Amino acid sequence: MASTTATRILAPVGTAGKLFAFGLDVGRGLFRRPFQTREFIQQAWFIASVTIIPTALVAIPFGAVIALQVGGLIKQFGAQSFTGSAAVLAVVREAGPIATSLLIAGAAGSAIAADLGARKIREELDAMMVLGIDPIQRLVVPRVLACMLVAVFLNGLVSVVGVAGGYVFNVVLQDGTPGAYLSSFTALAQLPDLWQGMAKALVFGLLAAIVACYKGMNAAGGPKGVGDAVNESVVISFMLLFVVNFVMSAIYFQLVPPKTG
Amino acid sequence: MGVEIKIEDLSKSFGKQLIWGDVTLTVPAGEVSVMLGPSGTGKSVLLKTLIGLLKPDKGSVIIEGTDIASCSEKELYEIRKLFGVLFQDGAMFGSMNLYDNVAFPLREHTKKSESEIRDIVMEKMDLVGLLGAEDKLPGEISGGMRKRAGLARALVLDPEIVLFDEPDSGLDPVRTAFLNQLIVDLNAQIDATFLIVTHDINTARTVPDNIGLLYHRHLAMFGPREMLLSSEEPVVRQFLNAQKVGPIGMSEEKDADELEAEKDEAMPPLPPIPMQLEPSNGIARRSQREPGAWCRENGVTPPPGSFDQNMSMAPGAG
Ligand SMILES: Nc1ncnc2c1ncn2[C@@H]1O[C@H](COP(=O)(O)OP(=O)(O)OP(=O)(O)O)[C@@H](O)[C@H]1O
Ligand SMILES: [Mg+2]
Repeated sequence: MASTTATRILAPVGTAGKLFAFGLDVGRGLFRRPFQTREFIQQAWFIASVTIIPTALVAIPFGAVIALQVGGLIKQFGAQSFTGSAAVLAVVREAGPIATSLLIAGAAGSAIAADLGARKIREELDAMMVLGIDPIQRLVVPRVLACMLVAVFLNGLVSVVGVAGGYVFNVVLQDGTPGAYLSSFTALAQLPDLWQGMAKALVFGLLAAIVACYKGMNAAGGPKGVGDAVNESVVISFMLLFVVNFVMSAIYFQLVPPKTG
Repeated sequence: MGVEIKIEDLSKSFGKQLIWGDVTLTVPAGEVSVMLGPSGTGKSVLLKTLIGLLKPDKGSVIIEGTDIASCSEKELYEIRKLFGVLFQDGAMFGSMNLYDNVAFPLREHTKKSESEIRDIVMEKMDLVGLLGAEDKLPGEISGGMRKRAGLARALVLDPEIVLFDEPDSGLDPVRTAFLNQLIVDLNAQIDATFLIVTHDINTARTVPDNIGLLYHRHLAMFGPREMLLSSEEPVVRQFLNAQKVGPIGMSEEKDADELEAEKDEAMPPLPPIPMQLEPSNGIARRSQREPGAWCRENGVTPPPGSFDQNMSMAPGAG
C-alpha cells in the first residue's frame, strides 16, 4: 500500500525525467545528418498556417486591453506622455511571449501531438524504426526547429499587431495624441526587451514542441489514447511555459536593469 | 540464405502483468514457421521483441551473433536491415501514396536511380496484386489491400528474415489462399527465414515447416509441423483442430468446474495431417521435408488418412 502511494507520488518525477531524456535525444538528433530540410519547411509552413490568424486575432485585444488598463492608470498619475512606452513595454516584454506560448502550445502543439499520436497507434513509427530510420531525427527534430522558428516569427507578429492595436485604441478611443504615443516609445523600452522577447519565444517553441512530440510518440491504447495525448500535451506545455516565462522574466530583470524614464 | 533466430529464456511483462515467460526456441534458418495462440497471448508483443521495438525483461534474442535484447541502438539499426516486417494493419505511412510507401526503404537505404526503384516497386506491387493502385493513399484502400501493400514494402530490400503479423486476418478466403501460396512461393524464391503469426488454422496446418503455440503465458510447444499436428497434448490438439473441448476457454483458460464438467466428453479423434502447400512451379523448397518423414523418424503413427493428395482443407476450418 505504502509503496503504491509512493509510486503514484513519484510518477510525475519519472515522467519529467523521461521528458528530459527525450529532450536530450532530440538534442543529439539535431546534429545527425542528413538534415530533413523538406520536412522542416513543410512543418514550418503547416505550423505557421494554423497559428498566424489566431495569433493576430489574439494580439489585437491584448494590445487594446493593455492600452485600456495602462491608459487609465497612467492618467491617474498624470503621466499620459508615457502611454506609448508602457504599451510597448507590456506588449513586447510580456504579451508577445505569452500570446505566442498560448498559440504555439494550443494550436501547433496539439496538431503535432495528434499527428504523431495517430502515427504511433497506426504503428507507423514502429514501421519506420524497423526500416532503420530514427523517428526522432526524421520527424521530431524538424518539428522542434519549425516550432522555434515560427514562435519567433509569431512573437514579432504579436508585438507589431499589439502595439498597433494599442495605438488605435489609445488614439481613437481614449483621445491620446499620436505624437505622444509614438514619441514615448523609447522612453522606457529598450533594445534588450526585444531580444528577451525573442529568446522567450525560442524557448517556448522548443518546450512546446518537445512536450507535444513526446506525448504524441508515447500515445497508447487506440484512438482514445491520441485524444488523451493531445489533451495532456496542451495542459503540460501551458503550465511549463507559464512557469518558464516567470523564471525568464525574473532572470531578465536581474541582468538588465529597467530604464528610468 | 536466411538467418536463424535463437530465442533464449525470454520474458516480457507490462507493469505487473506477465505477457509470457521463459520462451525458448530457435526459428530455423530459411524455413517457414508459424506462431499460433489465442487472442491477446502476446504474439504481436513477441514479434516486436524480436525486432527490438520492445525490450524483454530477461533473456536474449540472438541473430547473427548479436543479442537484440542488449545490443546498442546503432547495432540494432544495423541488424534491422536484415528484416522485413509486415505489421498487423500494414502500418503504411499515411502521408504517402502506396508507390512512395513501397519505394521508401529503397530511397532511404540504397543509391538506386529512380528508374531502377520504379522497376523494383512495380515488380513487388505486381507480386501482391496491387498494380494500378500505386497512386492511392493508405486511407483510401481496404484493410486487406493495406496489408498486401505492407507486404510489398517489407520485401523490397530482399530481407533475410520476414516477420508477418497476421497476414491473413481481414482477408477473404480466396485472398488468404492466394497469400498463402505467395508466402510459399516467396520462401522458395528468396530462401529467407519466415515467421508468421496467425489465428488461421488452415494456414497453420498447410503452410509452415514448423509450428509454435503460445498459450497461458508460456510457449506450449514448438517444433516440426508433423510433431504438432500429430500431438496428443490437449492444448495443442484443441487449438490446431479448433475445438471447444479442451483447456482453452473463452477468456484464456477454463476453470476447474468447466474442465470437470467436460471430463467425460472425449476429444474427437485427430484429423489427418494434410499435405504441405507446394510452390506453384512445382519445385520443392530447400527447407521442405518429405511428407511423413518426421513421423517415421520419431516412430509416430500419423492419424489415418494423412498425407493424402486429395485432402487439403482442415476439417475445423470449415
Ligand atoms: N505497449 C503495451 N503496454 C501495455 N500492455 C500491452 C502493450 N502492448 C500489448 N500489451 C498487452 O499485451 C497483451 C498481448 O498483446 P498482443 O497485441 O501481443 O496480443 P496478440 O497475441 O497479438 O493478440 P491478437 O491476436 O488479438 O493480435 C495484451 O493483453 C495487451 O493488452
Ligand atoms: Mg496481434
